[in-house]
Amino acid sequence: MKPPARPNVRSVDVALNDSLLTALTAVVGSDRLLTAADDLIPYSFDGTAAIRVRPGAVVFPLTTDEVAACVRAAAEAGVPIVTRGSGTGLSGGSVAAPEALVLCLARMNRILEVDAENLTMRAQAGAVTMKIDEAAARHGLLYPPDPGSMRISTIGGNVAENSGGLRGLKYGVTRDYVMALEVVLADGRITRFGSACVKDVAGYSLKDLFVGSEGTLGIITEVLIKLVPKPAARRTMLALFDTMESAASAVSAIIAAKIIPCTLEFLDRTTASCVEDYAKVGLPTDCEAVLLMETDGHPAAVADEAERMAAIAAAQGAREVRTAKDDAEATNLASARRNAFSALARRRPTTILEDVTVPRNRLAEMVTFIAETAARHHLQVGTFGHMGDGNLHPTFLTDERDEAEMARVHHALDEIVTKTLEVGGTITGEHGVGLAKKPWLRQQMGDHSYELMREVKRALDPKGLLNPGKIFD
Amino acid sequence: MANVTLKTIDYAILQQCMHCGMCLPTCPTYDETTHERNSPRGRIALMRAIADGDLEVNRTFADEMSYCLGCLACETACPAGVQYGKLFETARADIERSGINDNLSRDFWRTLTLKILFQRPSLLRAAGAGLRVYQRTGLESLVRRLGLTRLLPPSLRRVEPQSPPIAPKFSNALIRPTEVPTGTPRFRVALLTGCVQDLVFSDINRDTADALLANGCVVETPPVQPCCGSLHAHNGETKLAEALARRMIDLFPPAKYDAIISNAGGCGSHLRHYGPLLADDPAYRERAQAWDRKLRDVHEWLVQIGARAPTASPFESPVSLTYHESCHLVHGQKITKQPRQLLRMIPGVTLTELPEASWCCGSAGVYTITQPEQATKLQERKTANIIATKASCVATANPGCHLQVLRGLDAAGAKIEVAHPVSLLARAYRRETK
Ligand SMILES: Cc1cc2nc3c(=O)[nH]c(=O)nc-3n(C[C@H](O)[C@H](O)[C@H](O)COP(=O)(O)OP(=O)(O)OC[C@H]3O[C@@H](n4cnc5c(N)ncnc54)[C@H](O)[C@@H]3O)c2cc1C
Ligand code: SF4
Ligand code: SF4
Repeated sequence: MKPPARPNVRSVDVALNDSLLTALTAVVGSDRLLTAADDLIPYSFDGTAAIRVRPGAVVFPLTTDEVAACVRAAAEAGVPIVTRGSGTGLSGGSVAAPEALVLCLARMNRILEVDAENLTMRAQAGAVTMKIDEAAARHGLLYPPDPGSMRISTIGGNVAENSGGLRGLKYGVTRDYVMALEVVLADGRITRFGSACVKDVAGYSLKDLFVGSEGTLGIITEVLIKLVPKPAARRTMLALFDTMESAASAVSAIIAAKIIPCTLEFLDRTTASCVEDYAKVGLPTDCEAVLLMETDGHPAAVADEAERMAAIAAAQGAREVRTAKDDAEATNLASARRNAFSALARRRPTTILEDVTVPRNRLAEMVTFIAETAARHHLQVGTFGHMGDGNLHPTFLTDERDEAEMARVHHALDEIVTKTLEVGGTITGEHGVGLAKKPWLRQQMGDHSYELMREVKRALDPKGLLNPGKIFD
Repeated sequence: MANVTLKTIDYAILQQCMHCGMCLPTCPTYDETTHERNSPRGRIALMRAIADGDLEVNRTFADEMSYCLGCLACETACPAGVQYGKLFETARADIERSGINDNLSRDFWRTLTLKILFQRPSLLRAAGAGLRVYQRTGLESLVRRLGLTRLLPPSLRRVEPQSPPIAPKFSNALIRPTEVPTGTPRFRVALLTGCVQDLVFSDINRDTADALLANGCVVETPPVQPCCGSLHAHNGETKLAEALARRMIDLFPPAKYDAIISNAGGCGSHLRHYGPLLADDPAYRERAQAWDRKLRDVHEWLVQIGARAPTASPFESPVSLTYHESCHLVHGQKITKQPRQLLRMIPGVTLTELPEASWCCGSAGVYTITQPEQATKLQERKTANIIATKASCVATANPGCHLQVLRGLDAAGAKIEVAHPVSLLARAYRRETK
C-alpha cells in the first residue's frame, strides 16, 4: 500500500468577505479580530510538524454569547470555523483551513468556581490546564489529567482531544473527569450536557460525544470537571534497563501483578539524553531504556507498592532502581519527562511523532518492531511514551527539506500503524486524528462504524463548517 | 556574523522551533496580549516567513521586534534548544539595515548614543558629568517644573525623566588600575567596569573589586575601557559591536588573566560570545574564543574559587532579603544558583524567594524608552511581587534592573533597599574589621 502523503498546504492569502468582518467587529470590536498577514502567519500551525495553512481571520471571544454570535455570523456567511485553544495539538487539529475563521478561546480563561464540597470545578474552556490543577491544589484537591503540554494547553483543547497524561494509568484520561459541558452548536445554539451529579443517566450521554470531538461537532465554551483529594504520599523511582524489551516486560509484569501505579513512563536512550541535555535533572544517558515509575496514595500502600515495583523491575533485568530523594526531585523528573517530545527536536530540524497504542501485553513486541523499522529505513527514532497505558510515541528525527528521507519516514509510519492495528491497537491514543491520522481511520474502524461517525457529524453540522477536513474529509 | 540576515541564516536554526508552544507561558509579551504574534513561536514564524520570502521586513515586523523584550525567557523554557537570542539579534539587524526605523530625531539619538557616546568612554563620562551637574544643581527640577521639557522633541521627553542619577565619582576615581590583596595573591583578574555601571553605579564596581580582593584576586581595572558592544548587538548594530569586541580584546589580552570579570548581567551575556561574533576574523578568532573561556560573571567566579563567608553582617540587625534575577544573568548566562549561594553565605540575612523572580522587570536595555507602556506594566508587576515578600532589601545584579526596580519601589512608596549581591558581600567583608 502506498503511504498517504502528509498534507502541506502553502499559505493562501485571502481575506474573509467584508460583511462577515463587519459582523464580527460588531461582536468583539476590532482589537479582538485579526486580519493582517503578519497577525495570521503565527496562526498557521499548531504543534504538529510540517503542516501549515494560513487562516482568513482570527477572533478572540470572551464569553459564550460572543462565541455563539461569531458562529452565527460565520454560518451565515458559509465560512468554516476552526476552534483553537493554545495550539499545542499534535495531529493538526487546530491548523486552519484556507479562508477559515479561527475562533481562539485562549482568552476565555477564567476559573469560575471551585466547589470543595462537591469536588468539582467550573471553568471557561480557555483556562490553562496547569492553572486548573493549581486552583485545585489550593483546596487540597487534584485535577489528575496532566498532559505534557499542561503548562499551556487549554482545558477545552484537552476535552476536545480527550487528552491523557503522565498519571493516566491510575487516574484515567480527560473524559473521566468531565461532568458537564456547555457547547455552542454549528448554528449558534447554546447547549448544556451532563450535570453536577455523580450519577446521571438521563438520556443519551451527549457530553461524551463532544469529548474527543476535535472541534468538529461544536465549540466547548465551559466545563464542569471532577476533582479528587490530593494523595497523602507519593514515591517516584527511576528504573534503568539495558534493553528496551526488558523495560516493556517490566511494565507488563507490574500490571500483571495487579499493581496500578499512577505513572509508568518510558524513555529510550535517545529521548533520555535529549531530555537530560535540556533539563539536567540527572537522567541516566548510558542505558537503553529508563522507566519513570510513581505510586501515590496512602503512605503505607505507597511504601508497599514501591517496594514491589522495584523488585519486579529488578527481576525483569533492571540494572538499577533509583528513588527520588524528595518531592522536589520527583517533580523535577516529571517536568523533565513532560518535555520529552520538544527536547527530541534538539537533534534534527523536523520531529514527526506517532501516537500508537497497543494492549499492554504487546508492548515489548511493538517496541522491538519500531526499532527494527527505523533501522530498516535508515531513520533516526526516539521512542518514549505512557507505557503503563500501552501508549508509545515513536518520534522520527528528520528534515522536512529532505524529500527522500521524508518518503522513508512515511513508509516507516505506515508500517508501524499497520502493525499496531494487527496487534489490536489504535492509531491514536491521545493526540486525536486531526489531519495527521486521517488516512488510517477507516482502516481501523471498519466501514460501518466509519460511516456512522460521518452520519453523526452530518446531523450536528449539516453544512460541514466546523473544523472541516479534520478526522475525515 | 556581521552579514547574516534572516534570509541567509542557517535555515536549521529557524526550523529548530517545532512550534510546541512550551515557551508561551514564560513570555511576558504573550502573557500581556495572548496574541501569537507577540510570542516567541509567533515571532519565529514571522522570521521564517521572511526567510521563505512570504513576508517582507516591514513596519509591523519592526514594531514586533521592538515589542519583544529580548529577555530570553523563551530560550530557557525551550526544550528544543532554539537559539532565540541569535534570531532576535539577526532580526533587529535586518530591520536596521532596511532603514524602516530611520527618521531624523531617532537617527540623532541613535547616532549620539550608540555611535558616539557608547563608542567613546571619555565622551560618555563627559556626558555623564554634564548630566551630574544638571541633576545636582537643581537645574533639573527647575527645568521640569517650568515645563521646559515640553520644548524637547517627544522622543527625548520620554528619555529625560529616565536619565538615571549619575554617580558622584566614576570607577576610575574609585579603583586604582592594579590593586593587590593582602596575603598571597591566588588569581589575577580583569575587572570590566561597564558603561551604565560606571556612570551610575561606580560604587558597585568598587564593591566588586573589594569582594575579589577579599578572596585573593589581584584586580586589574584599566581606567579607560571601551563599551562591550552589548547595546549595539542588541539593537542591530553588528559592525559596531564587532569593532568594540576587538578593542576589548586588545585591552584585556585573555592570556594574561585567570578570569575576566563582569558584574552586569546584560553585559556579561554579550561578553561571553565574542568567539562567535568574531568567528570570521582570522586575526581575532582565537583570542576571542580564549576570551569567552575566561569570561566570568562575578558571582560565578566567586563561587568557583570558593569565596569565603564573611564573619560580619552588612546590616545593623537581621534582614529579610529577596533576589530579582536579571534576564541576561538567568536566561542569557544561565546563572541562577551562584548569586543565591553568595547571599545565603552572608550573616544576618535570610533569603526569601521572590515570586516570578526570573520574570522580566521591563528594563530590557532601552525598552523603557522604546516601549514605555509595557515597561511600566512589567515594573509594576515586579514591584508588587517584591513588596509581597516583605523583604527589606532586594538584591539584583544588573544596572538596568537595579534602576528599574529602584524607580518602581519609589513610585509605590516602598522603603526597600536595592543592592547588588556583591555590594552586600563587600559591605560585610568591610565590617569584619570594625
Ligand atoms: C510538548 C507537548 C506535549 C504533549 N503532551 C501530551 C500528553 O502527554 N498527552 C496528550 O494527550 N496530549 C499531549 N500533547 C498534545 C496537546 O497538547 C493536547 O492535545 C492538548 O489537549 C491540546 O490543547 P490546546 O489547548 O493546545 O488545543 P489546540 O491544539 O488549540 O486544539 C486541539 C484540538 O481541539 C480543538 N479545540 C480546542 N479548543 C476547543 C474548544 N474549546 N471546543 C472545541 N474544540 C476545541 C481544536 O479544534 C483542535 O482540533 C502534547 C503536546 C505538546 C506540544
Ligand atoms: S521556541 Fe522552543 S518552546 Fe517555543 S515553540 Fe519553538 S520549539 Fe517550542
Ligand atoms: S525574548 Fe522575552 S519577550 Fe521576546 S519572545 Fe522571548 S520571552 Fe518573549
